[in-house]
Amino acid sequence: MPEVSMSVNGRAVRGVVEGRTMLVDFLREGLLLTGTHVGCDTTQCGACIVHVNGLPMKSCTMLALQCEGADVTTIEGLAAHGAPLHPMQAAFREHHALQCGYCTSGMVMMAVDIARRVAEPDEATIREELKGNICRCTGYHHIVDAVGAGAKAMAVSQT
Amino acid sequence: MRDFVYHRPTSLDEARQLAVDEGAMLLAGGQTLLRNMKHGRHSPASLVDITGVVPRQIERRDDAVSIGAGATHAEVASSATLRRHLPVLADLVAHIGDPAVRNRGTLGGTLAANEPAGDYPAACLALGAAIHTTGRTVAASEFFVGDRRTVLEAGEIVIGATFPITGRAAYVKFLNPAARYAMVGVFAALASDGSPRVAVTGARTNGAFRWGEAESALGAAFTPEGLNGARLSLEGLMEDLFADTAYRAHLVGVLARRAVALAAGPAPGVVVLSHGSRIRPEAAA
Repeated sequence: MPEVSMSVNGRAVRGVVEGRTMLVDFLREGLLLTGTHVGCDTTQCGACIVHVNGLPMKSCTMLALQCEGADVTTIEGLAAHGAPLHPMQAAFREHHALQCGYCTSGMVMMAVDIARRVAEPDEATIREELKGNICRCTGYHHIVDAVGAGAKAMAVSQT
Repeated sequence: MRDFVYHRPTSLDEARQLAVDEGAMLLAGGQTLLRNMKHGRHSPASLVDITGVVPRQIERRDDAVSIGAGATHAEVASSATLRRHLPVLADLVAHIGDPAVRNRGTLGGTLAANEPAGDYPAACLALGAAIHTTGRTVAASEFFVGDRRTVLEAGEIVIGATFPITGRAAYVKFLNPAARYAMVGVFAALASDGSPRVAVTGARTNGAFRWGEAESALGAAFTPEGLNGARLSLEGLMEDLFADTAYRAHLVGVLARRAVALAAGPAPGVVVLSHGSRIRPEAAA
């Protein structure tokens, strides 16, 4: 079976996978990084979003082998265990932007990207940019608030 | 999904050879193909990843803009060259899928997939694009031949497309309320030689098409009123939970008039509508 190597959260990793192994399965089952979730498994819900070479992508719809040599960041890579939360994570907690939490890691990974691309995103922009992230609990309102606040906090802390 | 052998060739020639020898499917951004494989629509014995070997540059060439097949939707949407010379296309691509999908999906993959509600095929047809493959150049009007089908042969790889520049072009789409792809999308353009083109997506099971009757009607005057008598035949129209054929045909007419009004007006571009969209009364066609 083919081997794949990549950097995940700054750590060089290597594993044996099948051709059909999706990145999310390699992360969850190969590396036991279970913060990245599989919701719909059809590229719609965004629970599986991770950053690949700095860009958010849906890890349920890319092969692990397509990430050979790539630099992957998952929700676990935003803040070290025990360290203070990333400003976007802190904003989600502060604004009660989650209920069951299933969509949250994908939401946060997408939100970090929004904040990096758009300075001070307004509500309409945030809602449009979250088109590929589905939450079935919150009604989105507090998520939108959190993304706006998190983006401000990121601008201040330069993350 | 059945397992397969994954190849990452280092040249276009190697990719073509693998595709011919093994009957492999070509993998670009994978946003359509991998999903279809999960659904069991395709079960290839091998996949050839062409993302490293197809060009992805975006550049102006005479009176056209040329886009490499490997350009992602995010790259096309943010291209300064396109924003300057053909902003309607950058805008259209900025509304495909969602931001994460746009970081993976590519021009070449989208054209080869020819999804029946795809936005790019409508743009290609209305702008009169030429599609370049490893073996030939094909006019968009010849390239798309049916439901998820194109003229591409085994081992033939899309390497790019050339879009003639026009300032008179607009795309209006009405979103499916659940999946947010185009329930109907209409791209209207006036080519530099003065010929009107109207391309429709999301409406027919056979994929995007040029609406001949509308184009003839617009020959006299490129105005929304010119389309008042045009009626789209119900034959071949999609029917699903969200829209029956009569509603889809009606939407095509409404969106076509809006697209022409937009293209002929002072600020051509892209408008995305959905249930509950608030339309200014004077903008309603």
